[in-house]
Amino acid sequence: MQQLVFAVGTMLAGVLGCAAYFWGTSFILDLIFPSKGRSGVEASRNLRITNAIRPWLFLAPALFALTIYLIYPVAMSVWFSLHDRAGQNFVGASNYVWMLNDGEFRQSIFNNFLWLLVVPALATFFGLVIAALTDRIWWGNIAKTLIFMPMAISFVGAAVIWKFIYDYRAEGTEQIGLLNAIVVAFGGDPQAWITLPFWNNFFLMAILVWIQTGFAMVILSAALRGIPEETVEAAVIDGANGWQIFFKIMVPQIWGTIAVVWTTITILVLKVFDIVLAMTNGQWQSQVLANLMFDWMFRGGGDFGRGAAIAVVIMVLVIPIMVWNIRNAAKEMKGH
Amino acid sequence: MNPATRSPLTWAVHLSVLLLVALWTLPTAGLLISSLRDKDQLAVSGWWTALSTSTQNIVARAPGADTQIERDGKFVISGDVLEGTAAGEVSAFGFSSREPTAFKAGETAELNDGEKLTVQADGSFEIVSDTKMEGSRGQRIFFTAAVPPRFTFDNYVEVLSAEGIGASFINSLTVAIPSTVIPILIAAFAAYALAWMPFPGRAILIAVVVGLLVVPLQMSLIPLLKLYNGVGAFFGVPAKTYVGIWLAHTGFGLPLAIYLLRNYMAGLPREIMESARVDGASDFDIFVKIILPLSFPALASFAIFQFLWTWNDLLVAIVFLGAGQDELVLTGRLVNLLGSRGGNWEILTASAFITIVVPLIVFFSLQRYLVRGLLAGSVKGG
Repeated sequence: MQQLVFAVGTMLAGVLGCAAYFWGTSFILDLIFPSKGRSGVEASRNLRITNAIRPWLFLAPALFALTIYLIYPVAMSVWFSLHDRAGQNFVGASNYVWMLNDGEFRQSIFNNFLWLLVVPALATFFGLVIAALTDRIWWGNIAKTLIFMPMAISFVGAAVIWKFIYDYRAEGTEQIGLLNAIVVAFGGDPQAWITLPFWNNFFLMAILVWIQTGFAMVILSAALRGIPEETVEAAVIDGANGWQIFFKIMVPQIWGTIAVVWTTITILVLKVFDIVLAMTNGQWQSQVLANLMFDWMFRGGGDFGRGAAIAVVIMVLVIPIMVWNIRNAAKEMKGH
Repeated sequence: MNPATRSPLTWAVHLSVLLLVALWTLPTAGLLISSLRDKDQLAVSGWWTALSTSTQNIVARAPGADTQIERDGKFVISGDVLEGTAAGEVSAFGFSSREPTAFKAGETAELNDGEKLTVQADGSFEIVSDTKMEGSRGQRIFFTAAVPPRFTFDNYVEVLSAEGIGASFINSLTVAIPSTVIPILIAAFAAYALAWMPFPGRAILIAVVVGLLVVPLQMSLIPLLKLYNGVGAFFGVPAKTYVGIWLAHTGFGLPLAIYLLRNYMAGLPREIMESARVDGASDFDIFVKIILPLSFPALASFAIFQFLWTWNDLLVAIVFLGAGQDELVLTGRLVNLLGSRGGNWEILTASAFITIVVPLIVFFSLQRYLVRGLLAGSVKGG
């Protein structure tokens, strides 16, 4: 409890500190360059100066935090990836060479590509289908809320939920895992699902699809509602059936949104870590890049060179999407 | 849709949505139901059988020979096999582990040494012998009992106290609250500058923020760990502190905060600001008195995102915060339990539910703002 009081106290201090900073700097700026009650020339000169300085006062704390916590680390991670495990001696590209020859790394890359192929596709697909279906029924909003709900659950919590579903008991005893119970009910043999090499990847992916479908559904549902009625009406008059309207009229109009959903989930997939750590910790050939990176960060006292090199690989995979996002944002700003 | 056009297709839509909803809610429902079940029942039967009576194989031991009484010239040991169990009715019993269900309730079994064992359906049993029985270890009795469903909060009581979930709950709150509030004000001022104050380099800064939105956290871990260790050593303070993680969450949350708030503020009508400026208001006044109150929906959206993210976060917490009793957060504790108590589902399910209950409450009560924030953050790119 004491620490909670400390937390709330710090929070208030932080907020008051920020407020004091913003108010104080503005006040000082106006004191040095007063524009009120001065003659025309001086007032307009001072106004110009304060207008040039004030944005930077407003931006300073944010820029400072962004620099320390994101920009500086990105540069330093690249630097670390070219140095040895303690980050002291320059070793050139040897961390990257090690990586290419490391079986576990290649396994992780392979698994990550599997994740990239499956999770965004399935989550977007389910999201689109559910968005389209729930728009037609009276209890659609309730259904959407329930499907959206896993979004609030932590990856670790979701891992526990699904580990319980995949739970395995020896053949002949009663299964308490839902999946094995179903398999046994249909006359199959129970399996220890998350220990099956290759296939276990898909059982882990199911968790992320389960979490992310709600996100895709919410965004795509809004996009579907934004489609002009006339296009659909025109298609109905022309005699198009339900499938044709959906795939030939509606989907093409929301390609942009589908792409945004797809890329957002793709970024998330590249960083997937908690699920793998909690379910298998990379055992049974289910390793992924983010977990491998975390592993090397602390393995044997920590190998910062190799850990940073793996992080750089993740970053490189993200860059195309980053560029695409920036170009889209720039295009949109011009439209403003 | 009017009833006349209700086709089989409409029913198909209803059915498939129902199926999908079931698929998406059953996992969580199973967790919640399991966490409320008696732990002995949870271990032997699936949660979908929670309401039905289950059968359970139990071993009991009869009292030793010193409790025997003489009755009608015979020696008798009696007792109740169900004593101390939650079971309701005995259906079958036996006296060896090879055939634990050899006899039906009410039958009499002949033990190896001439003694006779009878177990009734209500659990009472008698061992009858013609000669005086010896030995202080009582006879083992195997039996199958029907157990009525039993729901309990015992699992929650146990994890909250013994497994440290209660302490971790406080730790998670300690991490999440300041990490949610501090970035808001910093981001709001920056977003206003980026939305409404013309200055050279503004477009580039916005592009940088959009770029930073997707920078993987993994890139930050090693350099920041080094930095924190260095700062800790320099000032002689621990490297892993709450202050450290609050600042880290603030830094990581800022790009989204600035982006969301800037988009929202840029959409506010220009006339309001211009008329305020004509009246002689400064940028600071305009921001505090007009923009901040008008931006409440966007601020709420971001606060929800940031709270869910900091509460649910595992990676930042295990790298930048210690693992002591007064520091380990819920997600970290849950991962530890998965390792140490992997088979104890009564502990795992109850712990997991405690970790997800706060986000679920936030989600259900503030869903409106969450959806609005998602739409503002993503659709714009298209």
